[in-house]
Amino acid sequence: MQNNDKNIFASWQMNCPVFIPENAECITLAHGEGGRLSRKLIQERIVHSLNNEYLIALNDAAQLPRIEGPLALTTDSFVVSPLFFPGGDIGSLAVFGTVNDLAVSGALPLWLTLSLIIEEGFPLTLLELILESIARAARKTRVKIVAGDTKVVPHGAADGLFINTAGVGELLTPIPSGAETLQENDELIVSGPIGQHGIAILAVREELGLEPLPLSDCGSLMRPVERLRDELKDQVRCLRDATRGGVAAVLHEWAEASQLTLSIDERSIPVSPEVRGVCELLGLDPLHMANEGTMVIAVKQGAGVAAVSVLQSLSETANARLIGTVKPRGIAPVTVCRTLGPEQQLDDPMGSPLPRIC
Amino acid sequence: MKYLDEYRDPKAAQLLLDEIRRITSRCWTLMEVCGGQTHGLLRHGIAAELEGTIELIHGPGCPVCVTDQAAIDFACQLSQREDVVLTSFGDMLRVPGSRGSLLDAQTAGAKIRIVYSPSDAVELARKHPEEQFVFFAVGFETTAPATALAVKQARRDQLENFSMIVSHVRVQPAMEALVRAPDNRVQAFLAAGHVCAVMGYQSYESFVKRYQVPVVVTGFEPLDLLEGILACVRQLEANEAKLENHYTRTVSPTGNLAAQDLVQEIYQVCDGAWRGFGIVPEGGLELRPEWQAYDARMRFTEPALPVIDTDECRSFEVMTGHIKPPECPHFGKRCTPELPLGAPMVSSEGACAAYYRYGVRTS
Amino acid sequence: MCLGIPGKVVRWLEREGAFAQAEVEFGGVRRIVHMACVTEAELGDYVVVHAGIAISRVDPMEAERIFEMLSEWGEDEGWHSDLSEDSEASP
Repeated sequence: MQNNDKNIFASWQMNCPVFIPENAECITLAHGEGGRLSRKLIQERIVHSLNNEYLIALNDAAQLPRIEGPLALTTDSFVVSPLFFPGGDIGSLAVFGTVNDLAVSGALPLWLTLSLIIEEGFPLTLLELILESIARAARKTRVKIVAGDTKVVPHGAADGLFINTAGVGELLTPIPSGAETLQENDELIVSGPIGQHGIAILAVREELGLEPLPLSDCGSLMRPVERLRDELKDQVRCLRDATRGGVAAVLHEWAEASQLTLSIDERSIPVSPEVRGVCELLGLDPLHMANEGTMVIAVKQGAGVAAVSVLQSLSETANARLIGTVKPRGIAPVTVCRTLGPEQQLDDPMGSPLPRIC
Repeated sequence: MKYLDEYRDPKAAQLLLDEIRRITSRCWTLMEVCGGQTHGLLRHGIAAELEGTIELIHGPGCPVCVTDQAAIDFACQLSQREDVVLTSFGDMLRVPGSRGSLLDAQTAGAKIRIVYSPSDAVELARKHPEEQFVFFAVGFETTAPATALAVKQARRDQLENFSMIVSHVRVQPAMEALVRAPDNRVQAFLAAGHVCAVMGYQSYESFVKRYQVPVVVTGFEPLDLLEGILACVRQLEANEAKLENHYTRTVSPTGNLAAQDLVQEIYQVCDGAWRGFGIVPEGGLELRPEWQAYDARMRFTEPALPVIDTDECRSFEVMTGHIKPPECPHFGKRCTPELPLGAPMVSSEGACAAYYRYGVRTS
Repeated sequence: MCLGIPGKVVRWLEREGAFAQAEVEFGGVRRIVHMACVTEAELGDYVVVHAGIAISRVDPMEAERIFEMLSEWGEDEGWHSDLSEDSEASP
């Protein structure tokens, strides 16, 4: 599948950072069949890029050291299209996404697995770029990719490349008590401007013709989570990176777990000028757009100001804001105060938001 | 954002609200025609604030809601052809047709692309000459200039792989049908601001004279909506019936002549099929004969499958203001945005979806 | 109906005729907009854009009208539509 393929539904190819010539070397079905080509691919590309003692050993299973405390285990799959977007790619997304899941669950991320499902015809150059991106993200977050798998599927059976990960981390005390423990008057915070990833993907995939292309917030939340744990300790109830469905989805989840109402003020919510402009133009609500490096946090009553202060002292969360509070269950699980008028229900997001003319 | 934020100022809005309450001596019944206005009234809490003071009936101004079901069915049918890529505004994707929506067709493998502008569909056609691109041209007179331009671009570029399913509808004939209905309760209209930006509003003079009902051209932001409502109430309190423009920063009496010329070059008026209404005389637009090469109904001549109308959706009663969405027995139960029975629950401007989304569950 | 958003004309690409185009800025992003219906717009003017085409030019004097009316009510809080560009919604 070449760069100049006219299949308009091969959206994974959009926004490719490099030009792929006609005769570029590509992944074939043979690469996934366990023979010489497979080994070559794994050793020369995958292990070479990711480069750690576990992978180099090329065992069927990584032999990991003992950990004293309890563990956290997460899994995730990444099927984003396009594969390359402003601010990241499927590789960095896979690492940061998994690491963030562990971090917000109260764990120090340690080890990741990496499974690649590659579509026949995928250019090797692009695979290399993605592997390098994975390696960079792993170094940044100090995790090791310790095990992996590679499969190749026929044309059309995967959107270029799918990635699956599992992540293991060591739970550190105090572990956030969870959304079930939310109480009235607890305070709600968002760690940065919202909706960036969703808008970045939409702008590229739907070829909206926007300049500059809005940037995804794809990134690690490890450091802010760590600082919150250190400074606020058990005053943090729960944290969640607001991925698909955006901030609205997280709030609905927490409302269901706690059976309380989570109430936010639209005017407090940070939104970048780019996201604002695109959302106004297309009739979208930033609260429903995905994030990949921005989280929602609930803290005990009175701890909000301190939490925001901690977050604002870090570059990646410099725009953190208090956005609302937890209340007794009222008219709806999640409510929002808009520019005017009484608080109103905030929709549970349904499906992917679609641009509209109406 | 300039020309948006300042019209959302809460203090200014409160002043206008107070003034409306101060001068209102009885509960007048107003209709905002345009779905965008419905959206604004609900989202910004204005309808809630005026509860008990003014009755707001949400009119049929949602082109997504009134797009003829046969057109949606035809779009679904064409999208399933191997050689066709259907392009559409995002709003149309979830609207149910006889055999599912465009989104259902896409799930089943149809090639469907969302575009923000019809010209983007032309651009796709230019880039991919091997596929036939069909654009689903819905919308009021506001959208007609954009689709007209797309057809002109296709001709300029001599594209043979671009055509449109034209399903434009015209607002004023529908307002006439509404106001002539024997049980009409609407005492004043907030006219659709962006339709008027294109068409002007002088054509409403005779409407106001004949039906003796105030018509106020109104915008979409909170201050615009409140200003329009205030103007209607002032007239009603003084027993007047006049045509006024309260969206003057965007709308002039004659509208945008260049836009009108563009529309008239490509389209002519015809009877329009409005979902829920039936045929509205002169309520639609169709391509002029010299542009019919770009008419998808001419290009793809396979017979259309029959329309299946379940009759369960009470959209007509909602859109004409006879019932509010929560008064429909299906609202929130069998009919939700996830599983809509009809268009008003799907479109973000549909009255039912707006009520559902902004949490108004009881009448 | 008719999601039409005001944007600022920042660069003309094609000034004349049916296929006139300009780059228009909305908040923090810009997009090419078809300007066939508003060819008289100047750089810095605001136009209302719907489905990729500009349908009207925003009249800055008329835009002030409601704020003048509110000021007359004696409750001038300094409203005016001439917000500085820096007041774009920002964190």
